[in-house]
Amino acid sequence: MAAPVIHELVASVRESLRALGAYAIFAVRLARETPRALWRFGLVVEQVHNTGALSLVIIMLSGLFVGMVLGLQGFDLLERFGSEESLGSVAALGLLKELGPVITALLFAGRAGTALASELGLMRATDQLAAMEMMAVDPVRRVVMPRFLGGVISMPLLAAIFSLIGLFGAQLVGVQFMGVDSGQFWSQMRGAVELDDVMEGVLKSAVFGVACSLVAVYEGYHSVPTAEGVGRATTRTVVISSVSVLLIDYMLTAVML
Amino acid sequence: MRQTRAIEMGTGLFVLLGFAALFFLVTQITSREFGLGDNGYRLTATFEQVGGLKPGAPVSMSGVTIGRVESISYDFNEYRARVMLRIGKPYDRIPDDSDAGILTAGLLGGQYLGIGPGSSETFFKDGDQIQFTQSAIVLENLISKFLFSKAAEQKPAEGSAQEATQ
Repeated sequence: MAAPVIHELVASVRESLRALGAYAIFAVRLARETPRALWRFGLVVEQVHNTGALSLVIIMLSGLFVGMVLGLQGFDLLERFGSEESLGSVAALGLLKELGPVITALLFAGRAGTALASELGLMRATDQLAAMEMMAVDPVRRVVMPRFLGGVISMPLLAAIFSLIGLFGAQLVGVQFMGVDSGQFWSQMRGAVELDDVMEGVLKSAVFGVACSLVAVYEGYHSVPTAEGVGRATTRTVVISSVSVLLIDYMLTAVML
Repeated sequence: MRQTRAIEMGTGLFVLLGFAALFFLVTQITSREFGLGDNGYRLTATFEQVGGLKPGAPVSMSGVTIGRVESISYDFNEYRARVMLRIGKPYDRIPDDSDAGILTAGLLGGQYLGIGPGSSETFFKDGDQIQFTQSAIVLENLISKFLFSKAAEQKPAEGSAQEATQ
């Protein structure tokens, strides 16, 4: 009676292993194509616009509210210990090291990752990729690479903007609404934040950018060429990106702390 | 054509904004001051005990930050901790008999290096060593000193009490 269950389990483990291998091979291929793709920078710029500039509004809005809620919660918590002046350092470190990169990556997966995956999936479904191959144009080189690089370039910039706007949100709530001393807020922040903390955030967001873009282009490029397949590819993009971002975040934090 | 120009403008704006944000975070939020090149000069000081002093901690005179602790190492010739300081260029008139002490900012604050001016007519130059130093206070030592002195006080007091009864 247990035999079919075990059989299924083995099959699913095998399938996961195969997917992991396919991801690795695809990643190596993209890495090898990178120098050549950077040469055709016009295509990359277009994709930086698509993934980065068009995500700006949602990133800034989310950053503002995340910062504001951080200011409110941080103030409430710190007031119990009578140290509400350190709200600045709490908000800055929280945003720079964790919230900025992670929430930006999650939003990026939802806003830009899905767009990439569905676009590539639709190209696959409507045989555009096959047509390119027929014309001896490598679709990975012409279509996938610029999108991948556009995402990789956009992500750290988006995360930096997110952190900065978040900081002003926290400042708005902490200083303007709750009455934390403005000088204390900024000077405590400056005392607590080191260059390494900023760099940690940048490094994290760069890694997340690679991960999210890779998942999006892989899932889109390898989607089943039907309407359902495209839908499934976008869903998988969000799920896999989000989970892997959180997983990678833990590992990176454990390494860098 | 107009379309691509608009796209490029938008992208340029986005990239500019991103780098501006990054620049702001690096320069304004962190405590690091960025000078062009190595300005200022170096001093060294040795201490019996540096406590929680860390590289990057401020060096201050009368509460004004005039430099930063650059590095802390152990000197096996003197068996003391050697602290390298970098002092800002404008502060080049520190008397060379000034003293340095490791102090704590606030009750739970970080440690910093305080310099008290001496009265010499000559000033520190690049590479000089501060001769008069005062180590960081280690709380455990302070407590044990206090306890020992209490105990020492009590013994003669008991002795004199006994003498009085006799």
